[in-house]
Amino acid sequence: MDETSQLSEFGKIFIYLIMGVLIVLFIFFLGKLVAPKNPNPEKLTSYECGEEPTGNSWIQFNSRFYVIALVFLLFDVELAFIFPWATVFSRQELINVDPNWGWLSLIEMFIFIGILLFGLVYVWKKGDLNWIRPQQNLPISPSKIPSSAYDAINKEVYQTKTLTINNMIPVPDKSLLNPTVSSGRPAFIPKFKKPTL
Amino acid sequence: MKSDTGSIIVVKVDDLLNWARLSSLWPMSFGIACCAIEMMGSMASTYDLDRFGVFPRPSPRQSDVIIIAGTVTFKMAERIKRLYEQMPEPKYVISMGSCSNCGGPYWQHGYHVVKGVDRIIPVDIYVQGCPPRPEALIGAILELQKKIEQESLLNS
Repeated sequence: MDETSQLSEFGKIFIYLIMGVLIVLFIFFLGKLVAPKNPNPEKLTSYECGEEPTGNSWIQFNSRFYVIALVFLLFDVELAFIFPWATVFSRQELINVDPNWGWLSLIEMFIFIGILLFGLVYVWKKGDLNWIRPQQNLPISPSKIPSSAYDAINKEVYQTKTLTINNMIPVPDKSLLNPTVSSGRPAFIPKFKKPTL
Repeated sequence: MKSDTGSIIVVKVDDLLNWARLSSLWPMSFGIACCAIEMMGSMASTYDLDRFGVFPRPSPRQSDVIIIAGTVTFKMAERIKRLYEQMPEPKYVISMGSCSNCGGPYWQHGYHVVKGVDRIIPVDIYVQGCPPRPEALIGAILELQKKIEQESLLNS
Protein backbone atom coordinates (compact mmCIF):
# COMPACT_ATOMS: atom_id res chain seq x y z
CA MET A 1 0.00 0.00 0.00
CA ASP A 2 2.62 2.52 -1.01
CA GLU A 3 0.41 4.23 -3.56
CA THR A 4 -0.62 7.74 -2.71
CA SER A 5 -4.25 7.89 -1.79
CA GLN A 6 -6.51 9.28 -4.47
CA LEU A 7 -8.77 10.66 -1.80
CA SER A 8 -7.93 13.99 -0.25
CA GLU A 9 -8.72 14.53 3.41
CA PHE A 10 -11.85 16.42 2.44
CA GLY A 11 -12.84 13.49 0.24
CA LYS A 12 -12.89 11.26 3.31
CA ILE A 13 -15.14 13.75 5.10
CA PHE A 14 -17.37 13.79 2.05
CA ILE A 15 -17.66 10.00 2.18
CA TYR A 16 -18.54 10.24 5.85
CA LEU A 17 -21.25 12.76 5.05
CA ILE A 18 -22.75 10.60 2.31
CA MET A 19 -22.66 7.48 4.46
CA GLY A 20 -24.24 9.34 7.37
CA VAL A 21 -27.13 10.52 5.22
CA LEU A 22 -27.54 7.07 3.65
CA ILE A 23 -27.59 5.24 6.97
CA VAL A 24 -30.19 7.61 8.40
CA LEU A 25 -32.33 7.24 5.29
CA PHE A 26 -31.94 3.46 5.45
CA ILE A 27 -33.05 3.36 9.07
CA PHE A 28 -36.04 5.57 8.29
CA PHE A 29 -36.92 3.19 5.47
CA LEU A 30 -36.62 0.19 7.79
CA GLY A 31 -38.89 1.87 10.31
CA LYS A 32 -41.44 2.63 7.62
CA LEU A 33 -41.28 -1.00 6.49
CA VAL A 34 -41.72 -2.59 9.90
CA ALA A 35 -43.74 -0.14 12.00
CA PRO A 36 -47.48 -0.75 12.19
CA LYS A 37 -49.52 2.21 11.08
CA ASN A 38 -53.10 2.82 12.08
CA PRO A 39 -53.71 6.52 12.31
CA ASN A 40 -56.92 7.91 13.70
CA PRO A 41 -58.03 11.50 14.24
CA GLU A 42 -57.26 11.32 17.96
CA LYS A 43 -53.72 10.18 17.28
CA LEU A 44 -53.09 12.82 14.66
CA THR A 45 -54.09 15.76 16.84
CA SER A 46 -51.34 17.82 18.37
CA TYR A 47 -50.05 16.70 21.77
CA GLU A 48 -50.95 19.06 24.56
CA CYS A 49 -50.31 16.92 27.64
CA GLY A 50 -53.57 15.07 27.15
CA GLU A 51 -55.72 18.16 26.98
CA GLU A 52 -57.96 18.69 24.03
CA PRO A 53 -56.15 21.11 21.76
CA THR A 54 -58.04 24.35 21.28
CA GLY A 55 -57.28 26.98 18.71
CA ASN A 56 -54.28 27.32 16.52
CA SER A 57 -50.76 26.57 17.70
CA TRP A 58 -49.46 29.54 15.70
CA ILE A 59 -50.30 32.05 18.37
CA GLN A 60 -48.64 35.44 18.69
CA PHE A 61 -46.08 35.87 21.42
CA ASN A 62 -45.41 39.15 23.09
CA SER A 63 -42.38 40.60 21.34
CA ARG A 64 -40.95 41.63 24.70
CA PHE A 65 -39.95 38.00 25.23
CA TYR A 66 -37.35 38.62 22.55
CA VAL A 67 -35.38 41.08 24.67
CA ILE A 68 -35.54 38.76 27.68
CA ALA A 69 -34.31 35.87 25.54
CA LEU A 70 -31.45 37.97 24.21
CA VAL A 71 -30.33 39.01 27.69
CA PHE A 72 -30.58 35.42 28.86
CA LEU A 73 -28.48 34.25 25.92
CA LEU A 74 -25.83 36.83 26.75
CA PHE A 75 -25.31 35.54 30.25
CA ASP A 76 -25.75 31.94 29.22
CA VAL A 77 -22.82 32.29 26.85
CA GLU A 78 -20.88 34.09 29.55
CA LEU A 79 -21.30 31.10 31.83
CA ALA A 80 -20.25 28.75 29.04
CA PHE A 81 -17.02 30.72 28.77
CA ILE A 82 -16.40 31.00 32.49
CA PHE A 83 -16.41 27.26 33.14
CA PRO A 84 -13.50 26.35 30.83
CA TRP A 85 -11.71 29.48 31.99
CA ALA A 86 -12.03 28.38 35.60
CA THR A 87 -10.33 25.06 34.85
CA VAL A 88 -7.21 26.62 33.31
CA PHE A 89 -7.12 29.76 35.45
CA SER A 90 -5.31 28.33 38.45
CA ARG A 91 -3.23 25.58 36.82
CA GLN A 92 0.11 25.40 38.52
CA GLU A 93 2.07 24.38 35.42
CA LEU A 94 0.77 27.36 33.48
CA ILE A 95 1.73 29.69 36.31
CA ASN A 96 5.16 28.07 36.41
CA VAL A 97 5.68 28.91 32.75
CA ASP A 98 4.68 32.54 33.19
CA PRO A 99 4.15 34.00 36.67
CA ASN A 100 1.87 36.66 35.23
CA TRP A 101 -0.53 34.05 33.86
CA GLY A 102 -2.91 34.10 36.80
CA TRP A 103 -3.24 37.85 36.92
CA LEU A 104 -3.52 38.11 33.15
CA SER A 105 -6.36 35.61 32.92
CA LEU A 106 -8.14 37.07 35.94
CA ILE A 107 -8.07 40.60 34.51
CA GLU A 108 -9.13 39.32 31.11
CA MET A 109 -12.15 37.63 32.62
CA PHE A 110 -13.05 40.77 34.55
CA ILE A 111 -12.90 42.77 31.33
CA PHE A 112 -15.12 40.22 29.64
CA ILE A 113 -17.67 40.24 32.45
CA GLY A 114 -17.44 44.02 32.62
CA ILE A 115 -18.42 44.39 28.98
CA LEU A 116 -21.40 42.11 29.52
CA LEU A 117 -22.35 43.92 32.71
CA PHE A 118 -22.25 47.18 30.77
CA GLY A 119 -24.80 45.66 28.43
CA LEU A 120 -26.95 44.65 31.39
CA VAL A 121 -26.81 48.16 32.83
CA TYR A 122 -27.80 49.54 29.45
CA VAL A 123 -30.79 47.21 29.20
CA TRP A 124 -31.77 48.05 32.76
CA LYS A 125 -31.53 51.78 32.12
CA LYS A 126 -33.64 51.47 29.00
CA GLY A 127 -36.33 49.80 31.11
CA ASP A 128 -36.42 46.59 29.07
CA LEU A 129 -36.23 44.45 32.20
CA ASN A 130 -39.47 45.93 33.54
CA TRP A 131 -42.20 43.59 32.51
CA ILE A 132 -44.91 45.99 33.59
CA ARG A 133 -44.30 49.31 31.96
CA PRO A 134 -44.42 52.26 34.37
CA GLN A 135 -46.29 54.58 31.97
CA GLN A 136 -49.97 53.85 31.81
CA ASN A 137 -52.39 55.14 29.25
CA LEU A 138 -55.64 55.94 30.96
CA PRO A 139 -58.48 55.70 28.48
CA ILE A 140 -60.26 59.00 27.85
CA SER A 141 -63.79 58.96 26.51
CA PRO A 142 -65.90 61.99 25.65
CA SER A 143 -68.69 62.60 28.13
CA LYS A 144 -70.97 65.51 28.97
CA ILE A 145 -70.71 64.79 32.68
CA PRO A 146 -67.68 66.57 34.13
CA SER A 147 -65.37 64.48 36.30
CA SER A 148 -66.00 66.86 39.17
CA ALA A 149 -69.55 65.48 39.34
CA TYR A 150 -68.20 61.97 39.99
CA ASP A 151 -65.84 63.34 42.62
CA ALA A 152 -68.73 65.08 44.34
CA ILE A 153 -70.72 61.81 44.44
CA ASN A 154 -67.77 59.92 45.85
CA LYS A 155 -67.29 62.49 48.57
CA GLU A 156 -70.91 62.39 49.65
CA VAL A 157 -71.54 61.04 53.12
CA TYR A 158 -74.67 58.98 53.42
CA GLN A 159 -76.95 59.75 56.31
CA THR A 160 -77.83 56.92 58.64
CA LYS A 161 -80.59 56.60 61.19
CA THR A 162 -79.89 55.40 64.68
CA LEU A 163 -81.66 52.14 65.45
CA THR A 164 -84.57 52.41 67.87
CA ILE A 165 -87.58 50.25 68.64
CA ASN A 166 -89.82 52.53 66.62
CA ASN A 167 -87.98 52.51 63.29
CA MET A 168 -87.09 48.77 63.16
CA ILE A 169 -88.12 46.79 60.05
CA PRO A 170 -90.24 43.81 61.24
CA VAL A 171 -88.74 40.37 60.50
CA PRO A 172 -91.36 38.08 58.87
CA ASP A 173 -92.31 35.00 60.87
CA LYS A 174 -90.63 32.04 59.12
CA SER A 175 -93.09 29.40 60.34
CA LEU A 176 -95.85 31.13 58.39
CA LEU A 177 -93.87 31.01 55.16
CA ASN A 178 -92.91 27.33 55.50
CA PRO A 179 -95.72 25.31 57.09
CA THR A 180 -94.65 21.75 55.96
CA VAL A 181 -91.38 21.56 57.86
CA SER A 182 -92.64 19.66 60.92
CA SER A 183 -92.28 16.07 59.58
CA GLY A 184 -89.45 15.13 61.97
CA ARG A 185 -87.00 13.53 59.46
CA PRO A 186 -84.37 15.15 57.29
CA ALA A 187 -85.18 15.78 53.67
CA PHE A 188 -82.14 13.86 52.34
CA ILE A 189 -80.45 10.76 53.66
CA PRO A 190 -77.26 9.69 51.87
CA LYS A 191 -77.35 6.07 50.79
CA PHE A 192 -74.50 3.81 49.71
CA LYS A 193 -75.09 1.04 47.31
CA LYS A 194 -74.10 -2.38 48.63
CA PRO A 195 -71.22 -3.65 46.53
CA THR A 196 -72.05 -6.71 44.45
CA LEU A 197 -69.30 -9.17 45.14
CA MET B 1 -20.95 -19.53 15.05
CA LYS B 2 -17.32 -18.87 15.73
CA SER B 3 -14.48 -18.92 13.26
CA ASP B 4 -10.90 -17.74 13.34
CA THR B 5 -11.71 -14.31 12.01
CA GLY B 6 -14.77 -13.56 14.10
CA SER B 7 -18.21 -14.79 14.98
CA ILE B 8 -21.62 -14.67 13.35
CA ILE B 9 -24.95 -14.63 15.09
CA VAL B 10 -27.93 -16.01 13.20
CA VAL B 11 -31.36 -14.91 14.39
CA LYS B 12 -34.84 -14.67 13.03
CA VAL B 13 -35.89 -11.17 12.02
CA ASP B 14 -38.80 -11.37 14.41
CA ASP B 15 -36.56 -12.22 17.32
CA LEU B 16 -34.19 -9.43 16.38
CA LEU B 17 -37.01 -6.93 16.25
CA ASN B 18 -38.45 -8.15 19.54
CA TRP B 19 -35.05 -8.03 21.18
CA ALA B 20 -34.60 -4.46 20.01
CA ARG B 21 -38.04 -3.48 21.22
CA LEU B 22 -37.88 -5.10 24.62
CA SER B 23 -34.43 -3.72 25.31
CA SER B 24 -35.58 -0.16 24.91
CA LEU B 25 -38.98 0.11 26.52
CA TRP B 26 -39.54 3.83 26.76
CA PRO B 27 -42.31 4.78 29.15
CA MET B 28 -44.10 8.07 29.05
CA SER B 29 -43.12 10.31 31.95
CA PHE B 30 -46.61 10.36 33.33
CA GLY B 31 -47.48 10.02 36.98
CA ILE B 32 -50.83 10.70 38.57
CA ALA B 33 -50.55 10.06 42.29
CA CYS B 34 -48.31 8.61 44.99
CA CYS B 35 -47.35 5.55 42.90
CA ALA B 36 -45.53 8.00 40.67
CA ILE B 37 -43.13 8.67 43.55
CA GLU B 38 -42.24 4.98 43.57
CA MET B 39 -41.96 5.10 39.78
CA MET B 40 -39.53 8.00 40.04
CA GLY B 41 -37.67 6.10 42.73
CA SER B 42 -37.27 3.09 40.50
CA MET B 43 -36.04 5.27 37.65
CA ALA B 44 -33.53 7.04 39.87
CA SER B 45 -30.07 5.86 40.76
CA THR B 46 -30.88 3.34 43.52
CA TYR B 47 -32.98 1.01 41.37
CA ASP B 48 -31.86 2.38 38.02
CA LEU B 49 -34.46 1.26 35.52
CA ASP B 50 -32.17 2.61 32.84
CA ARG B 51 -30.21 -0.66 32.93
CA PHE B 52 -33.26 -2.32 31.36
CA GLY B 53 -33.38 0.36 28.70
CA VAL B 54 -36.33 2.03 30.41
CA PHE B 55 -35.97 5.71 29.91
CA PRO B 56 -38.85 8.15 30.36
CA ARG B 57 -39.88 10.20 27.37
CA PRO B 58 -41.69 13.52 27.51
CA SER B 59 -44.06 12.80 24.64
CA PRO B 60 -46.42 9.95 23.80
CA ARG B 61 -45.11 10.02 20.23
CA GLN B 62 -41.81 8.55 21.37
CA SER B 63 -42.99 6.15 24.03
CA ASP B 64 -43.75 2.44 23.90
CA VAL B 65 -45.36 1.96 27.29
CA ILE B 66 -47.49 4.09 29.54
CA ILE B 67 -47.25 3.39 33.27
CA ILE B 68 -50.53 4.33 34.92
CA ALA B 69 -49.07 5.20 38.30
CA GLY B 70 -51.85 6.41 40.53
CA THR B 71 -55.52 7.03 41.10
CA VAL B 72 -57.45 7.39 37.88
CA THR B 73 -60.18 9.93 38.45
CA PHE B 74 -62.94 10.42 35.93
CA LYS B 75 -61.49 13.79 35.08
CA MET B 76 -58.09 12.21 34.39
CA ALA B 77 -59.54 9.19 32.55
CA GLU B 78 -60.39 11.30 29.54
CA ARG B 79 -56.81 12.55 29.36
CA ILE B 80 -55.35 9.08 29.85
CA LYS B 81 -57.48 7.79 27.02
CA ARG B 82 -56.30 10.59 24.75
CA LEU B 83 -52.65 10.09 25.70
CA TYR B 84 -52.95 6.37 25.06
CA GLU B 85 -54.51 7.04 21.67
CA GLN B 86 -51.66 9.37 20.81
CA MET B 87 -48.99 6.73 21.38
CA PRO B 88 -47.73 4.94 18.26
CA GLU B 89 -48.21 1.18 17.95
CA PRO B 90 -47.03 -1.19 19.32
CA LYS B 91 -48.02 0.25 22.68
CA TYR B 92 -48.26 -1.29 26.11
CA VAL B 93 -49.87 -0.35 29.39
CA ILE B 94 -48.61 -1.14 32.88
CA SER B 95 -51.21 -0.56 35.55
CA MET B 96 -49.24 0.27 38.67
CA GLY B 97 -50.84 0.04 42.08
CA SER B 98 -54.24 -0.83 43.48
CA CYS B 99 -55.90 2.40 42.41
CA SER B 100 -55.35 1.87 38.74
CA ASN B 101 -55.89 -1.90 39.02
CA CYS B 102 -59.33 -1.78 40.59
CA GLY B 103 -59.90 1.56 42.28
CA GLY B 104 -57.88 0.66 45.36
CA PRO B 105 -59.03 2.35 48.56
CA TYR B 106 -61.71 4.14 46.54
CA TRP B 107 -63.30 0.93 45.28
CA GLN B 108 -66.51 1.40 47.27
CA HIS B 109 -67.21 5.02 48.11
CA GLY B 110 -64.96 6.82 45.65
CA TYR B 111 -67.54 8.56 43.51
CA HIS B 112 -64.74 10.22 41.54
CA VAL B 113 -62.50 7.24 40.79
CA VAL B 114 -62.58 4.93 37.81
CA LYS B 115 -62.67 1.39 39.21
CA GLY B 116 -59.66 0.20 37.29
CA VAL B 117 -57.89 1.76 34.36
CA ASP B 118 -58.69 -1.35 32.29
CA ARG B 119 -62.17 0.06 31.86
CA ILE B 120 -60.78 2.72 29.54
CA ILE B 121 -57.59 1.28 28.01
CA PRO B 122 -56.31 -2.29 27.58
CA VAL B 123 -53.82 -3.19 30.30
CA ASP B 124 -50.93 -5.59 29.70
CA ILE B 125 -49.36 -5.89 33.14
CA TYR B 126 -50.92 -5.28 36.55
CA VAL B 127 -48.65 -4.48 39.50
CA GLN B 128 -50.14 -5.07 42.93
CA GLY B 129 -49.31 -2.91 45.91
CA CYS B 130 -50.34 0.36 47.46
CA PRO B 131 -47.97 1.71 46.34
CA PRO B 132 -45.84 -1.08 44.83
CA ARG B 133 -42.18 -1.18 45.73
CA PRO B 134 -39.73 -0.31 42.94
CA GLU B 135 -38.84 -4.00 42.76
CA ALA B 136 -42.44 -4.74 41.82
CA LEU B 137 -42.31 -2.22 38.99
CA ILE B 138 -39.04 -3.73 37.79
CA GLY B 139 -40.77 -7.11 37.90
CA ALA B 140 -43.55 -5.69 35.75
CA ILE B 141 -41.03 -4.43 33.21
CA LEU B 142 -39.45 -7.89 33.10
CA GLU B 143 -42.86 -9.50 32.64
CA LEU B 144 -43.63 -7.08 29.82
CA GLN B 145 -40.32 -7.99 28.21
CA LYS B 146 -41.32 -11.66 28.35
CA LYS B 147 -44.63 -10.77 26.74
CA ILE B 148 -42.97 -8.83 23.93
CA GLU B 149 -40.60 -11.74 23.36
CA GLN B 150 -43.57 -13.93 22.39
CA GLU B 151 -44.97 -11.43 19.89
CA SER B 152 -44.43 -11.28 16.19
CA LEU B 153 -44.42 -7.83 14.70
CA LEU B 154 -44.13 -8.99 11.09
CA ASN B 155 -47.01 -11.49 11.17
CA SER B 156 -49.49 -9.29 12.98
